[in-house]
Amino acid sequence: MSRQSHRLPEGGLVERSRALRFTFDGRALTGHPGDTLASALLANGVHLTGRGFKYHRPRGIYTAGPEEPNALVTLGRGGRSEPNVPATTIELFDGLEARSQNRWPSLGFDLMAVTSALKPFFPAGFYYKTFMWPRAFWYRLYEPIIRRAAGLGRLADAPDPDRYEHGHLHADVLVAGAGPAGLVAAREAARAGARVLLVDERAEPGGHLADEQLEIDGKGGAAWAGAVAGELGGMENVRILARTSVFGRYDGMTFGALERVSDHLGETGGLPRQRFWTIHAKQFICAAGAIERPLIFANNDRPGIMLAGAARSYLNRYGVLPGREVLVFTNNDDAYLTARDLARAGAAVAVVDTREKAAGAEMLPASVDVHYGHAIIDTGGRKHVHSAIIAPLNGDAGHIGGQPRRCDLICISGGWNPTTHLLSHLGRKPAWDNAIAAYTMPDPGEGAHVAGGAAGIFDLGSALSDAAGAGRNAAGACGFRARGKAILPALEGTQAYGVTPLWRLPQELSSGAKSFVDLQNDVTVCDLELAQREGFGHADQAKRYTTLGMATDQGKLSNVNALGILAELQGRTLDETGTTTFRPLYSAVALGALAGQRRAGEFAPVRYSAMQDWHEKHGAVFTQAGLWMRPYYYPRGGEDFAAAVNREVTAVRTRVGMVDVSTLGKIELKGPDAGAFLDRLYTGGFSKMKIGRARYGVMLREDAMVFDDGTVSRLAENHYFITVTTANAAAVMRHMEFCHQVHWSKLDVQFCSVSEAWSAMAVAGPESRDVLSSVVEGLNLSNEAFPVLSVGEGTIGGAFARVFRISFSGELAYEVYTPAGHGAGVWQAIFEAGRSSGLTPYGTEAMTVMRTEKGHVAGPELDGRTTAGDLGLGRMMSAKKDYVGRWLAMREGLEGANRLQLVGLRPVGEEGSFVKGAHLVTDPRATGPDASQGHVTSAVHSPTCDGFIALALLKDGRARMGERLFAVSPLHGEEVEVEVTDPVFVDPQGERMRV
Amino acid sequence: MRIACPWCGPRPLSEFTYGGDAAKTRPKAPEAAGLETWMDYVYLRKNPAGRHREYWHHGSGCRCWLIVTRDTVTHEIEHVALAAPQMREGKK
Repeated sequence: MSRQSHRLPEGGLVERSRALRFTFDGRALTGHPGDTLASALLANGVHLTGRGFKYHRPRGIYTAGPEEPNALVTLGRGGRSEPNVPATTIELFDGLEARSQNRWPSLGFDLMAVTSALKPFFPAGFYYKTFMWPRAFWYRLYEPIIRRAAGLGRLADAPDPDRYEHGHLHADVLVAGAGPAGLVAAREAARAGARVLLVDERAEPGGHLADEQLEIDGKGGAAWAGAVAGELGGMENVRILARTSVFGRYDGMTFGALERVSDHLGETGGLPRQRFWTIHAKQFICAAGAIERPLIFANNDRPGIMLAGAARSYLNRYGVLPGREVLVFTNNDDAYLTARDLARAGAAVAVVDTREKAAGAEMLPASVDVHYGHAIIDTGGRKHVHSAIIAPLNGDAGHIGGQPRRCDLICISGGWNPTTHLLSHLGRKPAWDNAIAAYTMPDPGEGAHVAGGAAGIFDLGSALSDAAGAGRNAAGACGFRARGKAILPALEGTQAYGVTPLWRLPQELSSGAKSFVDLQNDVTVCDLELAQREGFGHADQAKRYTTLGMATDQGKLSNVNALGILAELQGRTLDETGTTTFRPLYSAVALGALAGQRRAGEFAPVRYSAMQDWHEKHGAVFTQAGLWMRPYYYPRGGEDFAAAVNREVTAVRTRVGMVDVSTLGKIELKGPDAGAFLDRLYTGGFSKMKIGRARYGVMLREDAMVFDDGTVSRLAENHYFITVTTANAAAVMRHMEFCHQVHWSKLDVQFCSVSEAWSAMAVAGPESRDVLSSVVEGLNLSNEAFPVLSVGEGTIGGAFARVFRISFSGELAYEVYTPAGHGAGVWQAIFEAGRSSGLTPYGTEAMTVMRTEKGHVAGPELDGRTTAGDLGLGRMMSAKKDYVGRWLAMREGLEGANRLQLVGLRPVGEEGSFVKGAHLVTDPRATGPDASQGHVTSAVHSPTCDGFIALALLKDGRARMGERLFAVSPLHGEEVEVEVTDPVFVDPQGERMRV
Repeated sequence: MRIACPWCGPRPLSEFTYGGDAAKTRPKAPEAAGLETWMDYVYLRKNPAGRHREYWHHGSGCRCWLIVTRDTVTHEIEHVALAAPQMREGKK
């Protein structure tokens, strides 16, 4: 049924009986279950998949894994559109839509490719050198143009509709990689009894086994891997996570992993799209395999050029013949497997080996020619490679320009790099191993093991016995002793590995055309040579100078080749040059997965008071205070914000109002030393306060800045109750625990946050006593029996209530606390009782207006830089006892005329209004940091004062009453002449609260 | 990173709040201590590259303050104890 031009009639793991339809740049194609997007494209003869980052040269599929530098596509549409996904990692599903990137107007005809002809003008460090001047041109002209020319896919322009989950996993032994080494290591650790978590990025286990023609325990590689995974899956102490990449290792044996739950299904079907796992393990086995290196020569980036291992993967795993006239260019024995397998599949194959002889040649059929001591020095073909020039490495230069050899596929192999990234993430440096010409991690560090290809063991038999040892050692370190011998499979068809590195072609074989080292960021050999010439040859400097290794593939293919070239230029060894630092993430993680469920409404929990329903029913407009939702104001009819707030304030000042203050932090303290403990926390003393009394208290930090304020009440001999500000509730509790556990642990006191246990409401205004008296039972509220700062208990509608005569508004006022379960009922009961008095519910804005009118400080004034003295609270600082913040309050600089002190401000003239944050200056035209004499902290319209009022912090403010200044906010274009006043605007004697 | 709380066992970092250098002790005789001692207690910190004793608060767990001995370079945790002196194990 398949009309796929390059699909073989048999072989591989694809299910040929089912066709999956997909589109690439709108072109309808088919593939099969088991395909990746890349293998399905190759099956249809499509190599050209993108354009280069900088020069817009045609690029094709280069690898068969997550290291892919070229074939990045955009998947999906709308909110599901995801850019920069390697086609080599996308499992094909029916209906998949993919688009190529970084081309305009089309992939085949890209106008931006003109930059390729301008190559001499785009050397490394080009941006730094060229676009320095004039400065304004950078962001107005250069940057927008460069951004359009150079780049990858575009971000989705709609919210991501998919769901992502976060989870934690725990294991004794985490095995990253379910290739042959990972499977054997996991099996040994599991047999010993350890709890094993085996994680692999692919859909099926076995790693590269399916890419190979070999027999293991008498089966094909993939079948053997499936059998072992089945065995492991049947064990209770093993969990296997497929389609999951361990992308980072973090402190304390914590790992990050991304599971692609439904990406391969096309439709999520109610499942999350991806899961973000935090893994905690006792031991870690890195069995991440190895990644092949390219060889570097002129025009080595054309579509149709790919890694030798990748070609073998497309042939053996996917049943795709990626080319029919094949050149295999290698410096090692592994690529001979590719030559053999492609020849067996019917391709015409020749090998070009930079070495003088090769052990691998023995396996080749007679039809395959081997050109020893030769190199491919250039290629031809624009949208697909069609020829290569082969020259002897040590011959005379006359061969250059020789007859091009026809080909439609060039397989290259420069050796293999063990994938040790996860072992380096905590800063451990790998070491150079000459035997395999690669960096390895001989000492992976405490708790970590490395097995198989990741350990640099490329002979499968040795890799497996080594991996078995790693599995047993890891289990042993967790206290599980292995019994009996390790289970190791019998192998056939494996291949010894030898490599002789060749980092770049000799100068005389370089045609001058671009030889790419980093295909994704378009960094060439010339760029590295330039970096070295200009003094940026150190690995870390060259990386930044040329941007090598800084693309989304993070240099998985290019880093070691670049280091080899730099080492050669410097006449040093790779051991001496060292590597750049590997950091998480190993592979890309979507932002949605990082956010998980914490999006939009679920970004943070929302806290509501027990009276929320009532507030909603009565039309409250809400404001957020930390996590809390609080009524901001309650508009009536067509009222706007200002009208509603003015009405609410006036109601409290003339009759009675009620506000929900349940969000206040509430802490109860008990114990013989509770009073003594509070004495050390607050500037004032509370141990001698009478039972049934309450008082205002100020807490300082040890550096003498005001930390928090609130009320302290004594309910019984050894029982206190304190309130703290909504915003600081958690921090105050933490501070109290520190003081108790660290400084004064001998004090016999226990305390507990009861913030959620109590609902609280303030009933304020001249008629508040009448209203409350009519509804409170068991408590005499008369001024004689219950004066200011009294605390008592009673019931309201049968519910227990603690009543405090405390005023924040400055009016006669009470705070009523009731267990949260009664909050709504008590609120309703008081509201009903107050109907005849016109009891008005008011919100946080009216509260702010009234506390500003009274000059009470709050959050804007408690900014962490103000002392009690600055805020006019100096008289509250006891000189008789030790308390937090006392001893540094007296130091130089915290007293005197330079301090910003709390003052009030009124506009001069009728119409003036303020902006919070405005600066106070003597000359409104003065600029510079010294011009400001202070700033406005709280600014409101006061219906009581019939105009705008503000609190401000002003240098030496208390000595400047009556002085005229300007409040300026250049940001808002505001400038108002103001007069400095006392911060208490209403009832300065405090008589109204005492009536 | 995880911290092995003496009460709660190994718990993720997100449950804890950092509390600074545990080498500093609030002056026992506050009035006699003098400004210099107080300035040292409140402001001066060593910032070592390596072993560091520091306070951590297990806010989402037992709410105990802990003294964690941690390497600031490798983030390896050597020892965790309760900060309250009478509850410290192996009190010296």
